[in-house]
Amino acid sequence: MSSNIFDVENIRLDFPILDKTVNGKKLIYFDNAATSQTPKQVIDVISDYYLNYNSNIHRGVHFLSQQATELYEGAREKLKNHFNAKLNSEIIFTSGTTHAINIVSSGYSEILSEKDELIVSELEHHSNIVPWQILCEKTGSKLKVIPMNDLGELELDKFDELLNENTKLVFVNHVSNALGTINPISEIITKAHKYGAKVLIDGAQASAHFKIDLQNLDVDYYVTSAHKLCGPTGVGMLYGKKELLENLPPYQGGGEMIDQVTFEKTTYADLPHKFEAGTPNIAGCIAFGAAIDYINSIGLDKINNYENHLLQYATAKLNSIENVKIYGESENKTSVISFNVKGIHPYDIGSILDKMGIAVRTGQHCAQPIMDFFKITGTLRISFAFYNTEEEIDFLIDTLKKAIKILS
Amino acid sequence: MKIIDIQNQIIEEFEVMNDWMEKYEYMIGLGKSLPTMDNNFKSDSNLIKGCQSRVWLHAELKNENIFFHADSDAIITKGIISILIRIYSGQSPKEILDSSFDFINKIGLKDHLSQTRANGLSSMIKQIKMYALAFQTKLN
Repeated sequence: MSSNIFDVENIRLDFPILDKTVNGKKLIYFDNAATSQTPKQVIDVISDYYLNYNSNIHRGVHFLSQQATELYEGAREKLKNHFNAKLNSEIIFTSGTTHAINIVSSGYSEILSEKDELIVSELEHHSNIVPWQILCEKTGSKLKVIPMNDLGELELDKFDELLNENTKLVFVNHVSNALGTINPISEIITKAHKYGAKVLIDGAQASAHFKIDLQNLDVDYYVTSAHKLCGPTGVGMLYGKKELLENLPPYQGGGEMIDQVTFEKTTYADLPHKFEAGTPNIAGCIAFGAAIDYINSIGLDKINNYENHLLQYATAKLNSIENVKIYGESENKTSVISFNVKGIHPYDIGSILDKMGIAVRTGQHCAQPIMDFFKITGTLRISFAFYNTEEEIDFLIDTLKKAIKILS
Repeated sequence: MKIIDIQNQIIEEFEVMNDWMEKYEYMIGLGKSLPTMDNNFKSDSNLIKGCQSRVWLHAELKNENIFFHADSDAIITKGIISILIRIYSGQSPKEILDSSFDFINKIGLKDHLSQTRANGLSSMIKQIKMYALAFQTKLN
């Protein structure tokens, strides 16, 4: 799809921040994989909550509390429908992807033993490596790694070799934050299930780009963050199959998550409240639902087509610049481009782009194993959202060429 | 030359520059002409942690003055290193400890001190002061 079919100019009007100037230049925001911008429809929901409904949920008999509870549970329903979970109670609100992963990894510390094995991929964000390392230290379980190839794709035949009857958990990201590779999670889930292993998919980089059907995937746990898909920061989702979440020990103790408390024994509340101890980020969760509505009002298919168009457009332009090397060249990618210019440190280029108003990410992208694989210390990463334009990419390319000239 | 005099000299040099582009071009020039650090000094113990670009800082005491050797894999960072070396290398530990780092704001490089930049400027400053403190203790 070309940009003239997708009404990007109209969509940009929903994002007031895109009119901002930084360092005296018009902002060009190409750091969407770190966090996406928030449309005014979502911002309005947050301010509406504090102006009209602010109160604690699930407790008060009073009007405001009931209204807030309805909105909060309504947001859960929106997530359940959007991701096609079977039950509302399978959707747990968390503070983000990292929190969601930690709920699961912490629960498994009481389930796993020394003979058990876990499999992670080489393409992971640190947040989907470190909690499992901690888990293995606690339980004595063994952590194995699915390697990747030069294109930045997982080697599934090697995955076959790692699987066995002792495999208890497999955790892979749906999309790599550093390279943009879309992993074949459906195949991974099917293969893991043959050995009875459970699979956790980190969807932080996926859910903003294409439709995810949890029941169809038959995934055991799926986690994501609101702020990657036009929602607020500090909110995320843990999806888990009902029977698995029921058997997973609670992560935090506190109010909201209990059924009966005496000093002798506490019984826990049913799902989803068992994992939602304390007062949650109510406004944020409601806004997460609003963000889902916003994304669906445009349509993920349209978004995906348009972002792919931007990806192809930018990739071709970058490849035409001498000494540019792109990392992550899989045919299945989201709109993320990680690259370096030979002989120039990404930090230097990033600094100059910033002065020209262009926001990009430089560094290791919390994915040191990937950097080690390519034997580099970091990359420049540009990541597009559906509100970016070809013109912005043209300006990036021109500025990049100037930066290379100054720095060479 | 005293630290404050060198700092004022640098402030004056930056004052005549019209925009950030000129400042960056100047720093890039400085970075390119900074002598390469001896590979022996590029050790893990001299590596400053928490920087997006790698920065190595080595110091030695000669005749009661500290001499700094530093390097980075990013050229703008090297430019900043060059400025720091010009000011602090060859000074006594006491003078370094007594000096202010306000000149960074005055030459318009304040944003390089911010946490997100993590380009090592604030870490380098901290490390320079640490060396000064360590050598002063040694001298006493």
